[in-house]
Amino acid sequence: MSFKAEDMKLISTITDLTDIPSGAINIRVDGQAVIRNSSPNISVGPNDDGTGLKVEIKAGTRDEAVHVPVIVTKAGFKDKVYNTFIVNEDADVTIIAGCGIHNDSHADSGHDGIHTIIVKKGSHMKYVEKHYGEGSGRGKKILNPTTDITVEDGASAEMELVQIAGVDDTLRSTIARIHENGSLKITERLMTHDDQRAESLIDVYLKGTGGNAQILSRAVARDKSSQVFKAALIGQADALGHLECDAIIMDQAKIQSVPQLVAEDAQAVLTHEAAIGKIAGEQLVKLMSLGLSEEEAVNTIIEGFLK
Amino acid sequence: MLKLENVSMAIGDNTGEAREIITGINLEFKPGKLYAITGPNGGGKTTIAKVIMGIYKNNSGHVLLDGEDISNLSVSERAKKGIAYAFQQPPRFKGLTVPDMLNIARPGLDQVGIRKSLRDVGLCPEDYQDRDVGPGLSGGEMKRIEIAQVLARDARVSIFDEPEAGVDLWTIQRLIGLIIAKYQNSPKSTAIIITHNERVLPICDEIIVVDGGRIDKQGSGAEIWPLIKDDIECKVKLQCRGEIGYEF
Repeated sequence: MSFKAEDMKLISTITDLTDIPSGAINIRVDGQAVIRNSSPNISVGPNDDGTGLKVEIKAGTRDEAVHVPVIVTKAGFKDKVYNTFIVNEDADVTIIAGCGIHNDSHADSGHDGIHTIIVKKGSHMKYVEKHYGEGSGRGKKILNPTTDITVEDGASAEMELVQIAGVDDTLRSTIARIHENGSLKITERLMTHDDQRAESLIDVYLKGTGGNAQILSRAVARDKSSQVFKAALIGQADALGHLECDAIIMDQAKIQSVPQLVAEDAQAVLTHEAAIGKIAGEQLVKLMSLGLSEEEAVNTIIEGFLK
Repeated sequence: MLKLENVSMAIGDNTGEAREIITGINLEFKPGKLYAITGPNGGGKTTIAKVIMGIYKNNSGHVLLDGEDISNLSVSERAKKGIAYAFQQPPRFKGLTVPDMLNIARPGLDQVGIRKSLRDVGLCPEDYQDRDVGPGLSGGEMKRIEIAQVLARDARVSIFDEPEAGVDLWTIQRLIGLIIAKYQNSPKSTAIIITHNERVLPICDEIIVVDGGRIDKQGSGAEIWPLIKDDIECKVKLQCRGEIGYEF
């Protein structure tokens, strides 16, 4: 199976792949799986009701990855998929998801990815999901990911959620439950520009003793774009949670940041930091004193901030 | 050669009146020489440095680099022409690492160069490969990294704004030694150190004392140092006894 150059470029933007790797993979193009392979330790197949994928990683699998990117290239196409990922006991894997939309039409294109992730006892999972939109049409590029993740006893997960650019409208919902001695780190990086709108809702329930959660959000809103970030840490046990949201606001953009801490157990320790501000003049001057133009300095600061 | 001709800079104060920060400054900085600018706090030393770098714009007079009037050039244009400035309090950046900053300072600097730059300022390269130039670094670390960036640029005119401020005594000697070794016998480069350090001042080719926004004294280290040393040494003694702070 080979892809058109523009489709491969889109896949590469969201996965960093330059070629189709061997091993576990599912590439979905305009609602159809065009490549689907399992590996000895990672099975990739349809879910029970045929609405999406079921990816299951065998217990004890170490240092393997599965790629499940989606691209939408058909004008006005709206895709919806339900995927389940099960990481069995004592595994250590990376899941590379993500969605790219190319839309040159005046009709809206979109993808709703609804994911259920279960990280079983003693396992570690890294999940990377990048979103990107491009195309010259007036039709919007819309991405609405919904993720429900359970981190079982002694398991750990890292989620890297990135909106690179070009997504006109997004509603991102993430719900997480962390059990005894489980840990979860969510890093979300969002860039909006022009008239784009982004809303991110994250609820993390610390359900077990010794649980640990970190939510780190970095956002940049340019032009007339708007962003809403609402994240809640709900401590229901003797557990630790930290929430940090930093945003750079530019031009006529708007940002609303609502960190919420809810303690339902006297032993829960929950903290948050939140900041919204423009790029500091002294940062610009510093980079310009090293020879960058003002525009290069702005871009360097934003790229670093979202890295 | 860098030349300041009758340079003044004023800002509006809280009554709306213009207040001159520096007035009628005439200075020449020649290649191959090491200059010290000293004087009391608020005297105008950093303002002169920032006017040279283009961070502040002079209201009158001219800043000339090899005869070209650069008064209207931006900070980045002046940087490209070979002027570098080590900030007294360098800003912090989230997401830009120490190697990132050195690469911006000197594009194409490889790993060997990065490691050397960090070792030169007394930092262990392994400890700074992935660290942001952000809130996780101490003031002293920030200062060393700032100086490393300016040294890496190999600029024609390098200005170091109080390199000793916020740095421990051992490191001060190292940084000052580094700056002197690099610039004292460098025929094409000029270094300007804004300092109160009694070990630096006597060995500079020229000392410029700035007070009240004007040049108060100017001359060779041998001429000027005897005139100001009592004042400086007195202040150092008072600092050692804890009778005054380290800023003066």
